[in-house]
Amino acid sequence: MAGAEFKTPELSEFIEVPKLVEGTMEHITCFVAKPDHQEALGFPGEKVENWKEVAIDKMGDLLSRYRSFQVFMDACVKCGSCTDKCHYFLGTQDPKNMPVGRQDLLRKVYRRYFTFAGKYFPKLVGAEDLTEEIIDDWYSYFHQCSQCRRCSVFCPYGIDTAEISMAAREILDSIGVGQKYCNEIIGKVHKIGNNLGLPGPAIENTLEGLEEDVYDETEVAVKYPLDVKGADILLVTPSADFFAEPHVDGLIGYGKVFHEAGVSWTLSTTASEAGNFGMFIGSYENMRRVSLRIRQAALELGVKRIVFGECGHAWRIAYSFLNTLAGPFDFLDPDYPVPQHICEYTLNEIEKGTLELDKSENDEMSITFHDSCNVARASRMGDKPGGQFEIPRKVIKAVVNNYHDMEWDTIHERTYCCGGGGGILTDDLMEVRVKGAKPRMSAFKNVMEEKGVTHLAAICAICKSQFTKVFPYYGMDMFQIVSVHQLVSNAIVMNRKTPPEEAPGYGEDDDEE
Amino acid sequence: MSSVYALLFILATLVLVLGLARKIVQYAKTPAPLKIPTTPAPVTRSGVVMRLFREVVLFESLFKSTKWTWIFSWMFHMGLFLVLARHVRYFIDPVWLPIELIQPFGKYAAFAMIAGLAGLLIRRIFVDRIRYISAPSDYLWLLLLIVIGMSGAMMTFVIHTDVVAVKQFFTGFWTFSGGDLPMDPILLVHLTLVAVLMLLLPFSKLLHIPGVFFSPTRNQVDNPREKRHLVEWARKLEDS
Repeated sequence: MAGAEFKTPELSEFIEVPKLVEGTMEHITCFVAKPDHQEALGFPGEKVENWKEVAIDKMGDLLSRYRSFQVFMDACVKCGSCTDKCHYFLGTQDPKNMPVGRQDLLRKVYRRYFTFAGKYFPKLVGAEDLTEEIIDDWYSYFHQCSQCRRCSVFCPYGIDTAEISMAAREILDSIGVGQKYCNEIIGKVHKIGNNLGLPGPAIENTLEGLEEDVYDETEVAVKYPLDVKGADILLVTPSADFFAEPHVDGLIGYGKVFHEAGVSWTLSTTASEAGNFGMFIGSYENMRRVSLRIRQAALELGVKRIVFGECGHAWRIAYSFLNTLAGPFDFLDPDYPVPQHICEYTLNEIEKGTLELDKSENDEMSITFHDSCNVARASRMGDKPGGQFEIPRKVIKAVVNNYHDMEWDTIHERTYCCGGGGGILTDDLMEVRVKGAKPRMSAFKNVMEEKGVTHLAAICAICKSQFTKVFPYYGMDMFQIVSVHQLVSNAIVMNRKTPPEEAPGYGEDDDEE
Repeated sequence: MSSVYALLFILATLVLVLGLARKIVQYAKTPAPLKIPTTPAPVTRSGVVMRLFREVVLFESLFKSTKWTWIFSWMFHMGLFLVLARHVRYFIDPVWLPIELIQPFGKYAAFAMIAGLAGLLIRRIFVDRIRYISAPSDYLWLLLLIVIGMSGAMMTFVIHTDVVAVKQFFTGFWTFSGGDLPMDPILLVHLTLVAVLMLLLPFSKLLHIPGVFFSPTRNQVDNPREKRHLVEWARKLEDS
């Protein structure tokens, strides 16, 4: 396991490219998946005896099934363009955390077994036999990649380390060396329906609690419906939204928006998770299985539209992959994109004028927006490229008076990952998470000092959890991270009042509980 | 000796063409099961063509990344392009007008090419991050190209070779009439290294040439919600 002791990097005014120090993160190993986690996903329970052949066969299989993997293995010219782009390298100085350094861990084996030059002149082209040490390196360093795709923006051939780390994790899974964090969670989704393993009754309880809280605060009975057949909208949101802070404030916000818009909507117990960790481990089959739950829920509930809550990787899979994995969605209302992002939905309502918003409710805060990597570089919102940057900002600016962006080279497509994405958000990788957050923390600190920004708004469950945990390491307060729909929730004026007989608890005997 | 070179170039051309064709077929046949364009990405086919054009001609992503690498590699590649275009005159008769027109630029482009390569080599040696990721072959490719460029420029600007004879030798390829190569050492070094380059290209990182066109992060249209994207092996999962 990762050593408990490590030094939090010091923040500098500019994000500097550090000198290389080899091996600074070699000691990192996250918990290995137990046999039952592995087998539930269709992988061998323990490291197989003939791991070498199995790994090379799997590599060959992936090369033949994924053009990205095949082209990316061949095309790299070692130009170095990506070398200073990864937040994990910037925070750790470890050359194997440079995107190309990480890719080469796999590429040197590819060259050895799949290319003429590597078979006959391995030394010349840096090809190496697959050994136990290389497997260890793979396990360590491919779990220090958050699949954020920042490197792919700057690569002249578009080589995306995310694709390569997905392939590496799939190879590791195929020889029985999976990561506990991801594989255990995927198992929970298959079995129960969400990453946190919350059963239906627990979700129901939580939602009832939310309804009461919101009623106490607003005297309006906002519904947080579960499994309502015939609702117009199925909301699929990360399970962290059901209880974690500040996620749950976002969920409260979605409910208020739907309430004011006057639409019927529902959550689903079986599709109570927007996140899909199948992507993190590169497993098309698992990703598909998780996605099909959403299709199933939409069919069973007979909804007309699917809307996704604030979740970065979920939005990538929803926007980019869902139609492929679980489509076609021809049974839904063709007037709306499938699926829609909650920010698309809310902005549309704002522009229609359905929502009355009082920005001054957020005046004690000054906001900046963190572009979550998978929203920024792996998906879109709206109908124009770059809508994923504009739409959340428009929503925020409609509900707050004080807004400032961070430095231009740390936002939009150049955004820095929070440090916890892609299957890294686990306590046994705390050192990786803290060090990898350094560039984002620097940019946030700068905008705090220069513009008086107090809070960072995000639309990703992982970002929110990660910042909550990592802010204190950098001398910030964990409550400085907010949900975008938390801001909406604060500003929204509840005009659709509730007649007293519809209030929660109306007519019930007060002594009953 | 001339016939040795004739054979060498026939072999090199075959290896280059067949080797590249094999890789292009492989890339084209390998499915891309998911939509993974690096966004923001174009939402139309023509937008993708423009994106690839900017990538291939202007090195857009590299420009975003690091100006020094961009300057050196752009100088090298554009220099090489003009030099190669100028070389077309040694293979056809009469020479096409565009090739005539670039002749003066093509001559001096050799300097841009060599300077760019030198810059890339210096960067590779002195920047610690790039030194770390370099294998011997990465240096050798740069040296090979530098020597090709310098030997070529030598013949253009310093010690001329009998280009008329060279042209006869290469145009003879088409008609199997052949001619004799002048036995100038600089020419022979130049031609030998070019043949080596052609022979090795399909087995090397120079596969970035076809690779860039097949890179799914660059060549996919961003329209997954509008259009269902499904490859054959994924379709089989649905049937089972």
